Amino acid sequence: MDAPTAGVAVYDGNTLAGPLSEVFGVELMTAAGRCRSCGTTSQVATFRVYGRAPGFVGRCPHCEDVLLRLVRAPDALWLDFSGVSALRILIPTDPADEEQQP
Amino acid sequence: MARAAIPGGLKVRRAWRPAQLVERRPETESASTLVFEIPGWPGHLAGQHVDVRLTAPDGYQAARSYSLAAPTDGDRIAITVQRVADGEVSSYLADEARSGDVVEVRGPVGGWFVWKPEDRGPVLLVAGGSGIVPLMAMIRSRNGASPTPFRLIYSVRTPEDRIYDHELRRRATQDGGLEVTFLYTRTVPDGETRSVGRITAEDLIAYGWPADVKPTCYVCGPTAFVETVSDLLVGLGHDPAMIKTERFGPSGP
Repeated sequence: MDAPTAGVAVYDGNTLAGPLSEVFGVELMTAAGRCRSCGTTSQVATFRVYGRAPGFVGRCPHCEDVLLRLVRAPDALWLDFSGVSALRILIPTDPADEEQQP
Repeated sequence: MARAAIPGGLKVRRAWRPAQLVERRPETESASTLVFEIPGWPGHLAGQHVDVRLTAPDGYQAARSYSLAAPTDGDRIAITVQRVADGEVSSYLADEARSGDVVEVRGPVGGWFVWKPEDRGPVLLVAGGSGIVPLMAMIRSRNGASPTPFRLIYSVRTPEDRIYDHELRRRATQDGGLEVTFLYTRTVPDGETRSVGRITAEDLIAYGWPADVKPTCYVCGPTAFVETVSDLLVGLGHDPAMIKTERFGPSGP
């Protein structure tokens, strides 16, 4: 299969779950981000994602404007969320959800 | 939407950890299931995935995501890997990895494309090619014990490309409330009444659920397949909020 062309998003936000889980202690796939460009709110899991590890671009599923850029450097995670004007993150209210990491 | 406990908690911060290959079994000519042992595995939900990282002797690293294929089983996880032409990680896993080999795994991750046995309400699963993997984890988690009815529509190129073929056929007869329909895009088996062709709205009407029963729809496969199916479902009146999708790349049935 040919490399993905610029016009075709081949992944979605689900593929960002791993890199984001390295630095964030909450579930971000179910978080809803508002696009700075068109104002639509979409769950991170539904972002259109271009590229592959270590670098990704996430675009709005409605207007295709860039919502985020993520690059995993050997010693850091670069995260540009400038296309998202607000992010609504669910916070667990049930103590059962607050189990400690093994 | 109600939240339920995610194994390991919603504190999902994950580190890479070593995973030893303990078993591999062929599923089709190009797909294999690999079972890894990871001490201290926290458990996972059906639909979640892991990232697998390989490191070359010169330090070069490559990582890719793979859906978990089976429910939590102690320290063991299973993934099913389809060989892809440009897949530097998938090629190694599909063809070269041997029992005893150690890779790095991060996960489980992804709290959106998941199904939990306590979830109620009918479920429609639509798979294209190896997009069956996370949906199979849901079917296995359900395991015939749940009153939640499942309908699976599974599009493949040819009969030989059916992953989990025997188990799906067995479960279709033994797991009450599970219906399985195969669609073929290139070659049909003897006795198949539907002719070859990509999935259509008629297929979703015939083998899925009417929109008014409000099923939760999980669609997984190559990007073009996922886009097509989710558009068809919306066109049939399904609420976009009830359609969960996972795109895994350009290759397709």
